[in-house]
Amino acid sequence: MRLAATLSLVLTCSPVFADEYHRQFITDQLTKDECGACHFAYPASMLPEASWRKIMLSLENHFGEDASLEPEAIQDITRYLAAHAADTKPQFSEHLRGIDAQNPPVRITETEYWIGKHFAISKEYLRSGLAGLKAVCTVCHLRAEEGYYEKR
Amino acid sequence: MFSFLSEPLHADGIDDLISHYASLAKTESQSFEDFDPERGKELYLTQFSTGKIDTPSCTSCHTSDPTQVGETRAGKAIDPMAVSMSPERYQTLKKAEKWFGRNCRSVLGRECTSIEKGDFLSFMKGL
Repeated sequence: MRLAATLSLVLTCSPVFADEYHRQFITDQLTKDECGACHFAYPASMLPEASWRKIMLSLENHFGEDASLEPEAIQDITRYLAAHAADTKPQFSEHLRGIDAQNPPVRITETEYWIGKHFAISKEYLRSGLAGLKAVCTVCHLRAEEGYYEKR
Repeated sequence: MFSFLSEPLHADGIDDLISHYASLAKTESQSFEDFDPERGKELYLTQFSTGKIDTPSCTSCHTSDPTQVGETRAGKAIDPMAVSMSPERYQTLKKAEKWFGRNCRSVLGRECTSIEKGDFLSFMKGL
């Protein structure tokens, strides 16, 4: 009886059904530390390799700030991001929808996939003047740090 | 040549950093005598128009009170800059140079001089 109750509790609280297959988070410590020093460490799977290369080649003007790194760090982080980008795994192919390979986006929030996923809340929250909200996934996705982006 | 950059300084990191910039300051300016926390405060509070448009001042992200928590433009909390609040910030020259480099270029649009860096550190040490 107690076992059954415990098991049911575990099953209810278990994160497994939040879809391990689609779990997205930065697993490389250097990438997590450097990107995460200033902002949420966005998953590599949200943009194609070409986008990450574009971003990593212009760190001296990174969304309005100088985020320069030493050449070795740029190389290592770029390698990680490229190896985990949206175009490397079939389960992330929908992130590529509408993306122009010749002119890859540098903002996740400008991809068709992101806009489509956040359409319902865009009027209510995202245009309410709460600057920077779109940049902070954890405001709504409480377990984003662990790679889970459940619907809120 | 630069291997010393990655070596941790002693426990009193802030003093080691200040001595390091003092020895450089002497070579940059013959009239240099000592760092001035008041000049550091002025540097911290000044609104510049020579850097990147979204970051005209240190205060843009760190607030006008360095003992308080700041926030990046991307919404991440920044630990206070005052040495008394965040001594761990000031443990290595590598880290100091990384952030002086980025933030001086963002805010002032150029590298900071060793005198500016030392003034800034003296201001943070006194808070």
